[in-house]
Amino acid sequence: MGGPGGGTEDLPTPRPRPAQDTHDSHDAAPGCASCALSSGGARLARLGLAPGRHDHVVALAGNPNTGKSTVFNALTGLRQHVGNWSGKTVARAEGGFTYGGARYRIVDLPGTYSLLSTSADEDVARDALLFGRPDVVVVVVDATRLERNLPLVLQIRQITGRVVVALNLVDEARRHGLTVDARHLTRELGVPVVPMAARRNEGIPELLAAIAQVAGTRDAPAPLRLVHKDPALEEAVADLAGRVAGQFPGVPNARWVALRLLEGDPGIEAAVRDGTLGELATPAAPVERAG
Amino acid sequence: MTLDEMPRDRRGVVTALDTRGAERRRLMDLGLLPGVSISAELRSPLGDPTAYEVRGTLVVLRGHQARTVHVELEDR
Repeated sequence: MGGPGGGTEDLPTPRPRPAQDTHDSHDAAPGCASCALSSGGARLARLGLAPGRHDHVVALAGNPNTGKSTVFNALTGLRQHVGNWSGKTVARAEGGFTYGGARYRIVDLPGTYSLLSTSADEDVARDALLFGRPDVVVVVVDATRLERNLPLVLQIRQITGRVVVALNLVDEARRHGLTVDARHLTRELGVPVVPMAARRNEGIPELLAAIAQVAGTRDAPAPLRLVHKDPALEEAVADLAGRVAGQFPGVPNARWVALRLLEGDPGIEAAVRDGTLGELATPAAPVERAG
Repeated sequence: MTLDEMPRDRRGVVTALDTRGAERRRLMDLGLLPGVSISAELRSPLGDPTAYEVRGTLVVLRGHQARTVHVELEDR
């Protein structure tokens, strides 16, 4: 399965172009200098459907109905269908933007409560996060139902530290008399938490700054390591994680893989059997650099 | 008591899930973890399925699933 980080230029269906268009047509769409978002000097240019070459891959994950597609549209200028029904984002939508001189490809994943269950949507999301090895994972969470959204954040933190939490729908939370202490949450999760109301474009500049910071850092936090209270389980995880690391040196989240194997997770079992898991250890396929 | 036996006007706390594998995983992913507060909100005419309120959202369970969720009634 090819992750979104593949280096090939697998451009989605190109938009209809004006006849005199040149080869540079993948550059930023004209008119973005007047985008409302570029006013703060943050220089967001939305690249729509045709991101072309990119420096960083951003994956957009989150529970269903948290506003992932709204965030996606705000960043790319696309009008990916926003609606409330199951499986709306069937596979994954891709788009692009430039910010601070770097080009980003952004992948909108299907909404999922978990990376551990087995449904087609959740498999797409998990495989993209695990095997696509995005430079940044933006987890969109619903501020009005934070408790329900945090398990997914925790699961993603166990896979990677390159995470930004987009605390969306703070406007709705405010209407319900809820305020979330984003700074406290940032400290507890060890990754940036950005309060926002994506449908009003509130918090988008802050989200972009956080994405750029995580994309550019060399020392992102390590994947979260949960130690299990049950000594028998802890021993089994440690033993199996050691063997996973032996078989696939450099796999960054061997403990997580070991836990999935103990659970009998068919997707992970297959990845171990056919060696796909080893791809996690090798550097991501060389990404074409812009300029 | 199990979740299917819980009276509608009461809240309970989940104490254990008596199921394994994918089914257990799914219930946990939907927020049914030990210690969480839950109430029966909407019952279909025959009581199966029933919608439960947990962590601010409704989760609909079939009778055989609800029977695997052990709860302790909260004080009124």
